[in-house]
Amino acid sequence: MRIILNGQPRTAEEPTSVADLLSQLELEPVRVAVEINEDIVPRKRFGETPIRDGDRIEIVTFVGGG
Amino acid sequence: MSEKRTRIGSFEFSSRLFLGTGKYSSYPVMTAALEASGCEVVTVAVRRDVLAPEGGTKPDNILDHLDLNRYTILPNTAGCFSAKDAVRSAKLSRELLEGLDHPGAKWVKLEVLADKKTLLPDPIGTLEATKALVDAGFEVLAYTGDDPIVAKHLKDAGAVSVMPLGSPIGSGQGILNPNNILLCLEYLKEDDPDYPVIVDAGVGTASDVSIAMELGADGVLLNTGIAGAADAVTMASAMNHAIQAGRLAYLSGRIPRKRYATASSPMENVIAPA
Repeated sequence: MRIILNGQPRTAEEPTSVADLLSQLELEPVRVAVEINEDIVPRKRFGETPIRDGDRIEIVTFVGGG
Repeated sequence: MSEKRTRIGSFEFSSRLFLGTGKYSSYPVMTAALEASGCEVVTVAVRRDVLAPEGGTKPDNILDHLDLNRYTILPNTAGCFSAKDAVRSAKLSRELLEGLDHPGAKWVKLEVLADKKTLLPDPIGTLEATKALVDAGFEVLAYTGDDPIVAKHLKDAGAVSVMPLGSPIGSGQGILNPNNILLCLEYLKEDDPDYPVIVDAGVGTASDVSIAMELGADGVLLNTGIAGAADAVTMASAMNHAIQAGRLAYLSGRIPRKRYATASSPMENVIAPA
């Protein structure tokens, strides 16, 4: 299936959850926050939240800033 | 003279210097500068995570270099040009910090910018986002211009602190309109003397920090003035001294400015009377 990840089109294996996607991307769940179609996915639901074809997903973290 | 700790919303700190974490030449320089500055609060931004390049390794995350037991993280909405984006960014920060079980999840430094050239705040968007974030349970520290009327509106909307700018972000121009900062302080602290006002942005060097504090600000937030200095760690130490010098000078009650000289030595019994 096709998803938009951080603004870039990408192919994801299915079926997949937010937790699976983070694992494929080698991202630590505790260091990120995730939105699907502009709704925040609470961290405790990463495992049970499915990713569907066409989802717009944002994975954000902290960076240095003022 | 005994010095009160400063309170901002439900937070309380000894240091009145608040530091940004952007633009340091390296994480070790940032860590050493934070240490030298004596700050207890550091602000960070939220951005799309960088994925590791094919076969490569992912760059360090700033959280690998910040001691979360020592520093209180103040997430900011830097880079947001609409109230909607700022609210979205604040909620993502809260989610991140709640996951880390960090007290910084409760508050946010709100920036809603108007224009990429000046990075000046958009007062209308800032007011709209302040209301939305207060409703969503955030303790909002609202970055704004130095207009005292806008500052008062932000306080009335529920901001726990208003943060007027000294001059545009990263400009190093210092406190361009000390009279407006004084008016902001007067309007915000009227009948509420402990309401915290933090001058944010524009600091170029240590004296700018002292001037803000001598005017009566409760604190100063800065980033580029330290991160961009040739020797960031020594400049951080200078800022640490400047914040204390300015605060103590403010508490001490400066002498009035006079047009003519007032002799410090007695004018009587000089060996050659005038």
